[in-house]
Amino acid sequence: MRFAMKTYRTFHTALKALLRNPLRAMLTTLGIVIGVAAVIAMMEIGAGSSAAIRKSIAGMGANVLNIRPGAASSGGVTFGSGSTTSLTPQDNEAIMRECPAVGDAAPMVRTRTQVIHGSRNWVPTFIFGTTPAYLQVQNWTVAAGTPFSDRDVANGNKVCLLGQTLVRELFQGEDPIGKEVRIKNVAFRVQGVLGRKGANMMGMDQDDIILAPWTTIKYRVTGSVLTEANQSASSTSSSVNTLSNIYPGEQPSLYPERSAVQAADNPMPVRFANIDYILATARSAKDIPAAIQQITAVLRERHHLRPDEPDDFSVRDMTQMMTALSSTTLMMTNLLLAVAMISLVVGGVGIMNIMLVSVTERTREIGLRMAVGARAEDILRQFIVEAVVLCLVGGALGILLGHGGSQLVRWFLHWPVETSPAAIAAAVLVSAGVGMIFGFYPAWKASRLDPIEALRYE
Amino acid sequence: MQTIIELQDICKAYRMGDITVPVLKGVSLTIARGELVALMGTSGSGKSTLMNILGCLDRPDSGVYRLDGEEMSRLSADQRAMVRNRKLGFVFQSFNLLPRTSALDNVAMPLTYTAGHLSEREARQRAARMLERVGLGERMGHEPSRLSGGQQQRVAIARALINQPPLLLADEPTGNLDSQTSAEVLAMFQALNREEGITIIMVTHDPHVAGYAQRAIHIHDGQIVDRAPGRDGSADRGQAPCVSP
Repeated sequence: MRFAMKTYRTFHTALKALLRNPLRAMLTTLGIVIGVAAVIAMMEIGAGSSAAIRKSIAGMGANVLNIRPGAASSGGVTFGSGSTTSLTPQDNEAIMRECPAVGDAAPMVRTRTQVIHGSRNWVPTFIFGTTPAYLQVQNWTVAAGTPFSDRDVANGNKVCLLGQTLVRELFQGEDPIGKEVRIKNVAFRVQGVLGRKGANMMGMDQDDIILAPWTTIKYRVTGSVLTEANQSASSTSSSVNTLSNIYPGEQPSLYPERSAVQAADNPMPVRFANIDYILATARSAKDIPAAIQQITAVLRERHHLRPDEPDDFSVRDMTQMMTALSSTTLMMTNLLLAVAMISLVVGGVGIMNIMLVSVTERTREIGLRMAVGARAEDILRQFIVEAVVLCLVGGALGILLGHGGSQLVRWFLHWPVETSPAAIAAAVLVSAGVGMIFGFYPAWKASRLDPIEALRYE
Repeated sequence: MQTIIELQDICKAYRMGDITVPVLKGVSLTIARGELVALMGTSGSGKSTLMNILGCLDRPDSGVYRLDGEEMSRLSADQRAMVRNRKLGFVFQSFNLLPRTSALDNVAMPLTYTAGHLSEREARQRAARMLERVGLGERMGHEPSRLSGGQQQRVAIARALINQPPLLLADEPTGNLDSQTSAEVLAMFQALNREEGITIIMVTHDPHVAGYAQRAIHIHDGQIVDRAPGRDGSADRGQAPCVSP
């Protein structure tokens, strides 16, 4: 109570002393006002840009984790990554369900074959069978139409989304929505068109893509045909006309081939549905290591691997992009910090300068206060508190000014801006700190005055 | 009669470069509680130095100073600040009011340093009572620049009395005032002395001002003399007790 009273009095006295000369107090604190305003504005604009950069890098797939099946090997010969069929759609669901650090996960089924519309055909770089989560994973938007749904996936509906390149090649200005394209003689209804994405980091055209439910691709497209790229070449003619065999040394087939009618009548039972790989996103760049760990744990458990057995899958992240991302953010932060420090030091020197003038000017007042019973520490506290109050008021004005400035920038220049509570808290702390550091010397000088000399001072 | 101030062989010298200038050369005096004393002397006689020592602003080089029976000469700076706040009131020649601060806040200022037990409201009430006592009840909100010299000095007196000290030290309190306001201020000192029993020591070089006091103490060349010294400076008091450092 007594302490609170005393603190209140000290602040009250300091405020009154400052208000005795409001113009000077304002000019003194201008350095801090401008410094803090600059810091806040820079922080907010910087955080906005940084978030925008982060978002665009994330759009390039920086958070994406690539989960691939492991390598099969036989007699010491490995067949490279992805050659086993150990990943299932249920693995994907388990990852979504049990890994808190994972945002989205999409099962992926790949194929490469011809797509036909009317009289035109094209072999897209990517034909992916997946779930709607793929669009979230890749940060991809649908430019026209609607994405396919989870129900389409469950039912194996013949719907698809086309990339811009495919639209250009197949439809030539025609509106593709609602039209049909054929993949391996399976007719898919075009439900939407993907937004433009351009080339990926390897220079491959990402818009040369067709997306469909993975069940449809798996069971209706790749399940019904082998892996020929050319639809016409694989049809009946090759099985009938052996002269079209390009490689005569080929091993004769040991079993009679099933005719198309037989295949349609008795579809091959699918033992279990494996998928080619899983794309997952970590919730944020920070969560990537946690996400990898959780995915590994979940998959090892699901695949019944003993502790000494190696993983039958691999999880890869985009390390290169992550490095670029974090170094960009770090550089931005450091740059802003340097600017902040310089402007606040300049402001602090201004405060110290004026406080020294003020101590000299108020020598008689200090003498008087000492004569009526102020101890050296009372004088010291009073002047430090004055400097701190000055800085805090300046800091508060600076926060308002800086925030207002960044909002203006957002309104008129449409720059991305992000309010940063951390920056505001830091500004308050730093301005109080500046007041204390730069107010100390003048206050110390004041407290060391001899009351007799001070009272006699003209 | 109860003594409030007792000085024994107070010595004080100032150092100016290599030369040591003795200012007080063994001052001994006793002042009883409730006295109104004038401390007289020409400039350079050491009366200001003596006043500083009496006001606990300075410490003697040697000698004993008892205020209210307590030894003062060996207190630390912070302890002396406490004594100044509790037991002493100061009135200065140049008033020393805080500029651009209301009379009320000026009077309440000393409470900032000790009266932590008083609430803001109590402090202001007390300051207001003091101002009423010096006859400035209607001018509490005025800043010093809007008060006359006499009024300013009365604000200063109210400030000196706020902690109800037993001793009031006035350093040339009428030095900046005309004769009429001087008379008012001095009459106020007399009234305070008579009605409240406050001991008052006034430093002055003006015999007319000293006339208001019950007793005048003359100081000449750092020593107490019985009366105002003659032209020949015949103030021979024998061997000074101070040892030159």
